[in-house]
Amino acid sequence: MNAALTPFVESMRVAAETRLPGSGLAWLDAARNAALQAFVQRGLPDTHNELWKYTTLRALSQRSFSVGNANAADLTVPQTLLPQIAADAARVVLVNGVFRTDLSILDKLPTGVELQPLSRVLRERPEPLRFLLGVHGDEDDGFTLLNRALAADGLILRVAAGAKVAAPLHIVHVGSPGESETAWHLRSLIELGEGSSLDIVEHHVGEAGIGHLANLVCEVNLRDRARLGWTVVQTAGSGTSLLRRSDCRLGEDAVLDFHALELGGKLARHELRVDLAGARSRFRSRGAFVLHDRQHADTEVLVTHRGRDTVSDSLWRGVADGRARGVAHGRILVLPGADGADGGFYNKNLLLSPDAEIDTRPALEIYADEVKANHGATVGQLDENVLFYLCSRGIPRELARRMLVRAFCAVTLDGVEPALLREYCESLLSAQLPETSA
Amino acid sequence: MLKIDNLHARVAGKEILKGLSLETRAGEVHAIMGPNGAGKSTLGNVLAGRPGYEVTAGTVTFDGKDLLEMEPEARAAAGVFLAFQYPVEIPGVNNTYFLRAALNAQRKARGDTELDSMQFLKLVRGKVKEMGMTPELLNRAVNEGFSGGEKKRNEVFQMALLEPRLAILDETDSGLDIDALKQVAEGVNGLRSPERSFLVITHYQRLLDYIVPDFVHVLADGKIVESGDAQLARDLEAHGYAWVRERTPTEAHA
Repeated sequence: MNAALTPFVESMRVAAETRLPGSGLAWLDAARNAALQAFVQRGLPDTHNELWKYTTLRALSQRSFSVGNANAADLTVPQTLLPQIAADAARVVLVNGVFRTDLSILDKLPTGVELQPLSRVLRERPEPLRFLLGVHGDEDDGFTLLNRALAADGLILRVAAGAKVAAPLHIVHVGSPGESETAWHLRSLIELGEGSSLDIVEHHVGEAGIGHLANLVCEVNLRDRARLGWTVVQTAGSGTSLLRRSDCRLGEDAVLDFHALELGGKLARHELRVDLAGARSRFRSRGAFVLHDRQHADTEVLVTHRGRDTVSDSLWRGVADGRARGVAHGRILVLPGADGADGGFYNKNLLLSPDAEIDTRPALEIYADEVKANHGATVGQLDENVLFYLCSRGIPRELARRMLVRAFCAVTLDGVEPALLREYCESLLSAQLPETSA
Repeated sequence: MLKIDNLHARVAGKEILKGLSLETRAGEVHAIMGPNGAGKSTLGNVLAGRPGYEVTAGTVTFDGKDLLEMEPEARAAAGVFLAFQYPVEIPGVNNTYFLRAALNAQRKARGDTELDSMQFLKLVRGKVKEMGMTPELLNRAVNEGFSGGEKKRNEVFQMALLEPRLAILDETDSGLDIDALKQVAEGVNGLRSPERSFLVITHYQRLLDYIVPDFVHVLADGKIVESGDAQLARDLEAHGYAWVRERTPTEAHA
């Protein structure tokens, strides 16, 4: 393995020499160091890895990034990048990976919700995070290892048992122009106590042309009967590489309701792992990517049915224009003992150009009885008959195409709330395809 | 208004129209009748600009402008409307949104101001009432889950809203029971006006009992072989298309 030789790996080694929040804690230093060594040895994931089969990192491996952004605490952020998505939403803003108190609105934080930046927790009371930041495991890939080695911030979000939070929490990740190409690694924890309920909107925004790398790892723990509504709106800057991994564990009767609209970035990947551990826990996901030019998006939805009578239901849409490439991989694993599991992954895709490509791979692995599991995947093109129908009514072909793309993806916005957020998502969808593409 | 001269057109490499000529003036209703395969629907599609229909010879002008040079949306803005034989279903596209986009695109192309949503809603609700449609139509996706009759009525409804100068009805009667046929015909008759011209394409004379044409043309093997008034349609009904072929021996050798 010559991973250590690539400029990317080298730049990350250099980055590891800087002092991070929590440096000096023996257990944390040891864990970070071990993760770094494992990363240097293993390197970035390659296409031999099943989960990275269609996403090559060859170009990325030749780039180097500076760690953190010294002046991220002072960068001004245009208001247009911080849209309001609900009337009473509390808001957390991170700029180039740095938590910004001045841009956040935390006085609206509802009772029962505790939110702190990881950097502060590491300084003030790091001990309870040992379980989160401790030894790495077999399931870690290069980016997760890097994250373990280099995460300087993140969000520690806890909801007290029984707390029902009505207004959504808006989490905004801003990519802002800095002095050089910057990488940041965020480690977050979302923990919902028994019977609690919360909605979060994870929003990625950025200005065009910035070649940042964001590496986000998030652990989500939903205790029994907890419910998390999680909407991702990804409109990162056109030069951004955005790599996310989320590991979710659901207790008995817990519910995860997930939506994603992936529109931005140059390379955007999300590996969403959902462990339906508790009996009758339920996971529902709706998502779409709409790509153009040379964008690359990769969504991996990996569901494990562990508890009895667990339900997963995923419905995704992909659209690719120009020379874009999309990947949608849905895996449903039903473990022994997960009797009565009911899992589904449905994925439909549209290619708008002969040079675009979409790879869709539904996979089922079933080791239990009395299980219902379904999948379906298609890749097609816009129906010329429908386009002609719209044009024959006076609608220009370009607008007709956009109407049909919006219609194709609209089903994935079902259930997005509040109405303001839904309208915002719809307007993003309508505006996504450039007017000029034929 | 519409002047078709010696039109030849191919579909999938096969010549379907073989020298069709026809002229319509404002206020007139022309019926195009003919047996299956004569080229009736090809004519409608060529006029509306459907991709895949290749014009190999001849000209079509609309108000003096070369219609064949125009994109489908430009033809619509100029006032050409095709009521489809098989209207498509468009799941996810709301009818109100679709109709407003269409009307405003046409207005914009003509240099008129676009209607805002309040103005448009007022207009479209008025048309719904006028055409006897159910208001819930506006909240549904375009043609989704509509019966055959509902789809055809929706075509006529769109026509009423978009107010074309030339309306082409492509076998609008096909697949309709007698009640639906009457409703569609009533809608069309309500839109007859001195400024508007109709091209009613049909296989059967039945529709022409309700939409009485000024002229009837018989299309056979890609060209018009006989023209007359409404009586011609009734004669055809009585004698069948073979009767026309016998009367026009130059076409009989085909």
